[in-house]
Amino acid sequence: MRKTATLLATLFFTMTALAQVNDYREIKTPPLRKFSMPQPKRIQLANGMVIFLQEDHELPLIRGRALIRGGARDLPAAKAGMAGIYGSSWRTGGTEKQAGDQLDQFLESRAASVETGVDTESSSVSLNVLKGDFDAVFPIWLDLLRNPAFREDKIELAKTQARTGISRRNDEPGGIVGREAGKLGYGPDSPYARQSEYATIASITRQDLLDFHKRTVHPNNIILSFIGDFDSAKLEQKLRDTFSSWQRGPQMAKPDANVKPAKAGVYFIAKDDVTQANIAMVHAGTERNNPDYPALVVMNEIFSGGFSGRLMQSLRSQKGLTYGVGGGVGAPWDYPGLFRLQMATKSETTLEAIAALRGEVQRLVNDPVTAAELSLAKESILNAYVFTMDTRDKALGQRVLLEFYGFPADYFEKYPGLIEKVTAADVQRVAKKYVHPDALAVLVVGKQSAFEKPLSTLGPVTPIDITIPAPPAPPAK
Amino acid sequence: MTAVRKAAIPVLLLMLAATSIGAQDLASFEERTHTRVLDNGLTVIILERHDAPVFSYATVVNAGSAQEVPGITGLAHMFEHMAFKGSDRVGTKDWNAERAALAKVEEAYAAYTRAKSAVTPDAAHVELLRKNWQDAIAEADKHVANDEFSQIIDRSGGVGMNAFTASDMTAYFFSMPSNRFELWAFMESERFRHPVQRQFYKERDVVFEERRMRIESSPFGRLSEQFLAAAFIAHPYGFSGVGWPSDLHSFSATDADVFFRKYYVPANMVLAIVGDVNPAEAWPVIEKYFGRLPKAPAPEALRVVEPPQIGERTVTLREQSQPIYMEGYHRPASTHPDSAVYDVLAMLLSSGRTSRLYKTLVRDQKIAAVAAGFNGNPGEKYPNLFTFYAVPTPGHTPDEMAAAIRAELEKIKAEEVTAEELQSVKTRVKAGLIRQLTGNSGLALQLAIYQTLQGDWRELFREVERIDAVTAADVKRVANATFMDNNRTVAKLENAPKGAAK
Repeated sequence: MRKTATLLATLFFTMTALAQVNDYREIKTPPLRKFSMPQPKRIQLANGMVIFLQEDHELPLIRGRALIRGGARDLPAAKAGMAGIYGSSWRTGGTEKQAGDQLDQFLESRAASVETGVDTESSSVSLNVLKGDFDAVFPIWLDLLRNPAFREDKIELAKTQARTGISRRNDEPGGIVGREAGKLGYGPDSPYARQSEYATIASITRQDLLDFHKRTVHPNNIILSFIGDFDSAKLEQKLRDTFSSWQRGPQMAKPDANVKPAKAGVYFIAKDDVTQANIAMVHAGTERNNPDYPALVVMNEIFSGGFSGRLMQSLRSQKGLTYGVGGGVGAPWDYPGLFRLQMATKSETTLEAIAALRGEVQRLVNDPVTAAELSLAKESILNAYVFTMDTRDKALGQRVLLEFYGFPADYFEKYPGLIEKVTAADVQRVAKKYVHPDALAVLVVGKQSAFEKPLSTLGPVTPIDITIPAPPAPPAK
Repeated sequence: MTAVRKAAIPVLLLMLAATSIGAQDLASFEERTHTRVLDNGLTVIILERHDAPVFSYATVVNAGSAQEVPGITGLAHMFEHMAFKGSDRVGTKDWNAERAALAKVEEAYAAYTRAKSAVTPDAAHVELLRKNWQDAIAEADKHVANDEFSQIIDRSGGVGMNAFTASDMTAYFFSMPSNRFELWAFMESERFRHPVQRQFYKERDVVFEERRMRIESSPFGRLSEQFLAAAFIAHPYGFSGVGWPSDLHSFSATDADVFFRKYYVPANMVLAIVGDVNPAEAWPVIEKYFGRLPKAPAPEALRVVEPPQIGERTVTLREQSQPIYMEGYHRPASTHPDSAVYDVLAMLLSSGRTSRLYKTLVRDQKIAAVAAGFNGNPGEKYPNLFTFYAVPTPGHTPDEMAAAIRAELEKIKAEEVTAEELQSVKTRVKAGLIRQLTGNSGLALQLAIYQTLQGDWRELFREVERIDAVTAADVKRVANATFMDNNRTVAKLENAPKGAAK
């Protein structure tokens, strides 16, 4: 009797499990398992240096990074391109003790890397080693952080690379439209839209690089972070012993963003060796530290979030006009972003695509979003939120980010609550406040003779000359 | 019944005895990896990783653009796009009505195509049929629930949803919160159970835009396409992966269905899942949903083999843009015993700042901004190309690149590499494997790719052993057998100032 009951129960269970599901809505979603990603330990030294340590014992690796305030935006306009020369010759130029080539040999034979780089707002010196090599590589990382040599031969190598980049910058249309849209949006004098030239590269000296290093590399300008297979207590002691006696230096100040967007209108760059027009639309955006940010995130998601957003649905899926279209209101952490859209379409549908894209912008401002759109956007953001903290590495990265930009440490915990509160009215309000169809600079890069109609049918067209200025004459000996 | 395959040999332990790098850590990967072949032939790999309630997956289909023939080039990639359009249950407002409407689209398209390709086409009639076809499309579109597949995944918290088509394979992937596992299993199996070619001709336009972007409007894209077309005279590796324009303008939804039915059979597919998944709970769900895919024989192997190259070939593009140089040499498939030697050669020549091409062309002579060589162009399942490329610095020419690369190749053919160089490569390969194991998404794709191309995901780890066994004599021997004039194809893009080109 009991046996039969069990058998029946098993049969029933099996049948339930195997029952056909014909509609995804029939599938039940259990609540997401609660979890808490281990947070890194934060240490602040008396000299202002902040250190984050995150143990991760899954693999025998250790990675570390010194993130230093001060980057490309803090360099003079006349030396545009210096960030790249600095970031590259910092590593290849070696230290006072060892040439870069010697470092290459030492590090690569251990499958280790120590690298330097420069971003808009920061520079960095990182290391990535198998745990057994940590003690051998740490002194190199430290020496490079504090005593780089910027040897002349490697500055010349970096300059050659930079000149190569300049000479090729008009070859790929996607590169042209991205660069020139940035210049239109920020204006030519903004530190966020600078362009290097042969002359600016030629003017960069070794002393410039040493000076920038001296200006930025101070303990109170540095956030250190380490992740991997180490014992935090021991590493903390090692870092305290290494850095505690280092004296403070001057604080970095943020430069003026100097945003002067181009006038609304149509801008054109001629490029004949293409079958597509690359199109961008741009005007000023905002900053992250803006109470409207959560509503803008939801608006961007509705407008251009992945394949479900309006832009991809309309211009790609329904009209077949483009492979990729995207953009939205940009809000960087501590400087003004741009409202920016970009797409490419065949030359013969250029004006059709511009009209369709403009139509979507207009619709965003004019029409309220539907309840279905709002719920899709919010659920997409909230349900995917787990991916912002699903690894120890990401947990560490977030803390470093918040520290760097001076945001509260619980910012990411509170963020989902802010998204939940966003209403359709909020989206409508921020769309009207931050999206201005009449202020858009529309940039087109392509072969106008193949367009279905001349661009002038849209109004006056401002041509942009992207001819690369010739290199300066070599200095007299 | 389900066949359960358990590892007979703890491969990772064996491998790690030779490397002495964190043996226990890596061995745990094998303990956490479970493999099954479903009744319908689908191979499924699950690797448990419970750090966070998320998982990533990759579905790899053992078919890519190398399965195409003239007239349907680009179709593998086209189908990949269509796999986001849903099924008879996802993406439709009324399947019965839509099915009938789609059938009419195909009839109208066939009639239009026939009329268009007549010896003496009747222009007015062709235009009428074209309009009929467009009208039929508009009718079918009325039944479409636009992008429903993507929206369901997005709404459920899916991230990184994408796919790619390569010469050797087609892969689909994204990541999901682990409480959506069953929904994911439904959706992923659904699109391969009964895909529907809805909005096919709009999507064909999208794919053509992709061709314009990647190939036609990009100097590097144009050169690469010409390079492969010149290097292969028989094998489909020479076809444009995104498709030749004629084919992109003509293949039909019916063609895509035929391709799907032939190649997307469970026995020709591998599914790998990495993350917060409990196998005991996951297997019944996998069986329930992926078991729905109908069993069918795996497609027969490709017959054509690229014949030995008997003379050097050169393609020269003269364009407005700055020069680029490429040269390639035929080499055997990745299953060949010398494959590891080629991997070592590629690393010696171009991995890192200690590599020979970097040191000579980039660092010391400063004639190139980039100079490197790599295997597996455009794939590795079949004999393929060891390809070198160089980007000249201002004032330098493709011919200088050729001379400098050849000088390095002659050196590696004449003298054995040093023990130090070889050891450095081997150390980096081992470390590279460990670094590859971070991240669910990348690992899922790697496991599925190795299972597909090599027949066992463990080959990902065995490869390190094979590279460890390579000797300096092997490197010299293989370099001499490969880097020969008659085995070479050159593609160069030369700068011809505007107006100078004819």
